[in-house]
Amino acid sequence: MRAACYEETTMNEKPLSTMDRVNVGLAKRYRKERRFRLFGLAAIVSSLMFLVLLLGSIGAKGWTAFQQTQILLDVHFDPVVLDVGNLANANYPSLVREAVYQQFPQVGSREDKRLLAKIVSNAAAFKLQEMVMSKPELIGTSKPIWVLADDEVDMFVKGHIPRDVPESERRVSDKMIGWIDQLAATGRIEKKFNTTFFTAGDSREPEQAGIRGAAMGSMFTLMVTLVLSFPIGVAAAVYLEEFAPRNRWTDLVEVNINNLAAIPSIVFGLLGLAVFLNFMNLPRSASLVGGLVLTLMTLPTIIIASRASLKSVPPSIREAALGVGASKMQAISHHILPLAMPGMMTGTIIGMARALGETAPLLMIGMVAFIVDVPQSFSDPATVLPVQIYLWADSPERAFVERTSAAIMVLLFVLLLMNASAVFLRNKFERRW
Amino acid sequence: MQKLTVTLATASLIAASALTSQAADGRDYISIVGSSTVYPFSTAVAEQFGKTTKFKTPKIESTGTGGGFKLFCAGAGVDSPDITNASRKIKTTEMETCAKNGVTDIVEVKVGYDGIVLANSKKAPQMKLSRKDVFLALAKEVPSPEGGDKLVANPYKTWKEVNASLPADKIEVLGPPPTSGTRDAFVEMVMDEGCAAFESIKALKKTDEKKFKAVCGTVREDGAYIEAGENDNLIIQKLDANPKSFGIFGFSFLDQNTDKMQGSIVDGEAPKFETIADGKYPVSRPLYFYVKKAHVGVIPGINEYLAEFTSEKAWGDEGYLAEKGLIPSPKNERKTVAADAKALKVMVNK
Repeated sequence: MRAACYEETTMNEKPLSTMDRVNVGLAKRYRKERRFRLFGLAAIVSSLMFLVLLLGSIGAKGWTAFQQTQILLDVHFDPVVLDVGNLANANYPSLVREAVYQQFPQVGSREDKRLLAKIVSNAAAFKLQEMVMSKPELIGTSKPIWVLADDEVDMFVKGHIPRDVPESERRVSDKMIGWIDQLAATGRIEKKFNTTFFTAGDSREPEQAGIRGAAMGSMFTLMVTLVLSFPIGVAAAVYLEEFAPRNRWTDLVEVNINNLAAIPSIVFGLLGLAVFLNFMNLPRSASLVGGLVLTLMTLPTIIIASRASLKSVPPSIREAALGVGASKMQAISHHILPLAMPGMMTGTIIGMARALGETAPLLMIGMVAFIVDVPQSFSDPATVLPVQIYLWADSPERAFVERTSAAIMVLLFVLLLMNASAVFLRNKFERRW
Repeated sequence: MQKLTVTLATASLIAASALTSQAADGRDYISIVGSSTVYPFSTAVAEQFGKTTKFKTPKIESTGTGGGFKLFCAGAGVDSPDITNASRKIKTTEMETCAKNGVTDIVEVKVGYDGIVLANSKKAPQMKLSRKDVFLALAKEVPSPEGGDKLVANPYKTWKEVNASLPADKIEVLGPPPTSGTRDAFVEMVMDEGCAAFESIKALKKTDEKKFKAVCGTVREDGAYIEAGENDNLIIQKLDANPKSFGIFGFSFLDQNTDKMQGSIVDGEAPKFETIADGKYPVSRPLYFYVKKAHVGVIPGINEYLAEFTSEKAWGDEGYLAEKGLIPSPKNERKTVAADAKALKVMVNK
């Protein structure tokens, strides 16, 4: 190109004007810019594609977990089995078995009966127990009751266990399929909304497993984290930004805070193990300790965000307040802090969202555990949502696959809610100068 | 805004005071740690126990066998776990650590057996392997194929090179990392045995045991063996996607995925419930848990938990643990173990 230009000048003996020079390269520059924009667009499109792929696969795997197969049984609350004086230890499973056998009068052999009893989850007995304990007048009556189906029946009904493979290769036998079809023909088997998933704690039986325990654990943990890290973070930021002198010590503190924000979270877990468990003797696996560890982890994020938002308050406001006679504390608490608050809240919410998704630091302090009882207080053993996902992903039963994806969906939804509220707060309260 | 800050500050003070008061409370639930292999079984028992008794459901952490003993032996106080699960017997060194920290009376309970399988996708044919084949396919150093006693870096690329009767597929095995108890057991029961098929290496066992362990137990690192983490479901998904590769995992995972996976025949026996139970399938190991006697009576429910675990409805041939993939011990053995557990018979350090 350049050689061509040169030739032209020598031929006409007239120097090129600036415009001419620009025009020569213009097409190439436009092309370059188009390419540049295209690269950016391609980056966005490909990352969106991955996101859609991820969400799609989670959604496709998980949506079935929000439904649960249930079976309608005509339960007779037999007064012979239910001794009014000793309701807690009555043989409730036998009530369930009798009700199941009643649906299939043709099943006779002992072997078959045992197999037949397996189509209903053992949660059914606990359900009857609860009903009778709360309403003893049920004894002697009969009542149609929807009970949970076993997880393998559930998987079959949802189509996760194929019907067309040889019997030896699936966990649901031909006999069981026959029984399920018979129930389906009479409308006694149905997929209903899975309330257990939202009301129960963890369980080894997929049909009885729920995320309530983990969700409560997450809530307690985040509460501790918020209550500790927000005031400490804001106070630290205010001191560093408004009061601290500029010297080597404050520089050191600042470098350390920035450094801490980048430390892998497992390190905070080790610190928590050493300090909170071994030194302070706090209970293992408690959401209190989890919250403390996550506080350490989120503090730097909150301090950095809070300092940035304090910095963005124009000095004129500070000076005007001092100028009309406000003390430094009045200037800060009446003017600067309220103006900086939206930024601080945004930083806090983002820090909390990160804390909600953490598992690594909790591993060290014993929160990666099988916990059935829903935690009631800060010192109860608890686990959190991401840990629950990890534990389910590692379970052999196939029905846990869909539950894992469903739990991921719930976690993503909560994260989305938190991040959306951060954006909302910023848009609503942010002031621009 | 100011009010909010004040409220939050007060709340944090309350939390801080609650923190100190709660630390002093005793524990009213059983705390269990240990092997990830025993985890699915002990959690099933714990849940049943929590639902049918007045006690709280035990808390179970899956820390691995070694990690479990470390926590278990760290001290005798109630802040340490009451029970640890193990996929192997407690080591003498671990007993010593325990004793040094004041944990002296330990009750051992053998819960049953677990098989380790080498499996592939049903889309490919089932393999018939000997342990020698597996050793040759996976060891880092093998006796030179040209003969002689010299050890060379593993030259085998396909199964056919290892044994002419096997298909000409690339060797690709997904298995657990060295931190896993499954890996330890696999090395001990498959690699060591397969390696002892060579006279020259077998002789080494007598003269230089350390060298023997190193030769037999070191798995190749050139990509034929892929460490796939502890997540066995992930291994199964990968095997399903790539029918030419094999995976190493516990029998309970094979049992749950019989429509997709098949276990390879090892030394003439296929991994099945029956063959593992009667000891014909060579790659199976006993599972245990260990209880601190000093905690019985201090932490409520330990006796009852033991009773639930050792009841026929749990670990019997038709029990709910068998459904989870546990291979029950023979009936007589169950009887003695249950009696010992009931009497809290303490182990003696040999």
